Amino acid sequence: MIDAQNVYKTFITPDKRKVEALVDFTLHIDRGEVVVIIGPSGSGKSTFLRCINRLEEIDEGKITVEGQDLHAPKADINKIREEIGMVFQHFNLFPHKTVMENVTLAQEVVRKRSKKEATEIAEALLKKVGILDKKDVYPSQLSGGQQQRVAIARALAMQPKVMLFDEATSALDPEMIGEVLDVMKTLAREGMTMVVVTHEMGFAREVADRVIFMDAGRIVETGTPEHFFTSPENERTKLFLSQIL
Amino acid sequence: MKFTRRSAITVVVLIVASYLFYYFFMRKGITYSWHWYDVPKYLFYYGKRFSDDPAPAWHMGALMMGLVLTLKISVVSIIFAIIIGLVVGIARLSDEPITKYLSSCYVELIRGTPLLVQIYIIYFFIGTMLRLSAFAAGAAALSIFEGAYVGEIVRAGIQSIHKGQMEAARSLGMSYSQAMRHIILPQAMKRIIPPLAGQFISLIKDSSLVSVIALADLTFRAQQAVAQSLNAFEIYFTAAGLYLVMTFTLSMVTQYIERRMAVSD
Repeated sequence: MIDAQNVYKTFITPDKRKVEALVDFTLHIDRGEVVVIIGPSGSGKSTFLRCINRLEEIDEGKITVEGQDLHAPKADINKIREEIGMVFQHFNLFPHKTVMENVTLAQEVVRKRSKKEATEIAEALLKKVGILDKKDVYPSQLSGGQQQRVAIARALAMQPKVMLFDEATSALDPEMIGEVLDVMKTLAREGMTMVVVTHEMGFAREVADRVIFMDAGRIVETGTPEHFFTSPENERTKLFLSQIL
Repeated sequence: MKFTRRSAITVVVLIVASYLFYYFFMRKGITYSWHWYDVPKYLFYYGKRFSDDPAPAWHMGALMMGLVLTLKISVVSIIFAIIIGLVVGIARLSDEPITKYLSSCYVELIRGTPLLVQIYIIYFFIGTMLRLSAFAAGAAALSIFEGAYVGEIVRAGIQSIHKGQMEAARSLGMSYSQAMRHIILPQAMKRIIPPLAGQFISLIKDSSLVSVIALADLTFRAQQAVAQSLNAFEIYFTAAGLYLVMTFTLSMVTQYIERRMAVSD
């Protein structure tokens, strides 16, 4: 489903230093798989996620989603992005639109659905994430957890084939993390292909099919949750896990 | 409560200001006999415009006609300044180096030279070549001048929107222009309105400079009325008052729009 081959990505910082975000990065993700990427900050996990829908350009290598080469010069990136939902750390809801409009806008503009159809889909999704009663308020009147659930509904409204979660719970107050994780767990159980960058080890242990540990732009270790949390092999992984668990 | 207090302050300020004005007037020994009764006919008058008019009627006086032209040229220029400003503001943020370079050249060139000189150049040089009317030349000069400033305001407005907004819109499959239209510009517009209002108030005042190319705007008509009646103080005070009515109305309208747009905050 998602195939990254020998991807290189280097950032130039404002003070002209080179930061290697992805180094010879190769990863294959199957349909229906839930992959959780963990690692210290600056290890390149968010960068990889952002490369999957080309919010970042890559320097070398190739990323395909459903066989479509994302970074090819002729790629219709808007078309490909319709199939890839993304949830951001800071929600990025549209503040000038109501909750309902947030979920219907792209359906109407991009998927060319009628207002009626878009509203029906939005209502079903808002109900699913448990926030239908807030459909007419503006995002600024919602708590962080509520905003993030709206953001998930907004991404799902495009009926994507893959969902990317970029530290979706990192900006939330602790008591709100649970409600967002519950929505994500439901999605995983329904068979959605998910790539999740997170610090929530409980989530990784419970729903991940595969856990990937990254450091300095490379995959250090990969395996099932049981493997990771009971018998990690790499010293770097052990150190990381001992610090956060 | 709040309103009465503000009005009280306004009244006090006005009384003090007029007293000071009167005091210095007398101290300097300027004796001037006011002829305010002469002013209304420059606003509206009842009579015949031409000697062969069949019957007398109400007509606009010179200052009112000037006001109408000032309003016309201001409205036309504001519309074109918005269009130019949007294009230039977006072009300055383009990834295309040529677009970026040309738009910043435009801004620097226009902001770096006086409007009066630009009006002369456009009227006498470009206007002669393209056979533009004085009104077209004046409106073009004002639009081009204010468009550069509006462009900078638009650019700053767009840049003030967090880049996560563009990323979220693009991640949903929207194209750059769809994201601009539905997500970035509506939000930027809200932040742009206060500086834009200031710019358009400037435009109305700057429009007085088109009187140099014999466009009969409010300033031009006031000059004529003074030459005719010799009541310089009364006429110019009246003209200033009329400019104030226009700018203050614009200011009130923008405050109303700002309040209306604040619902999602």
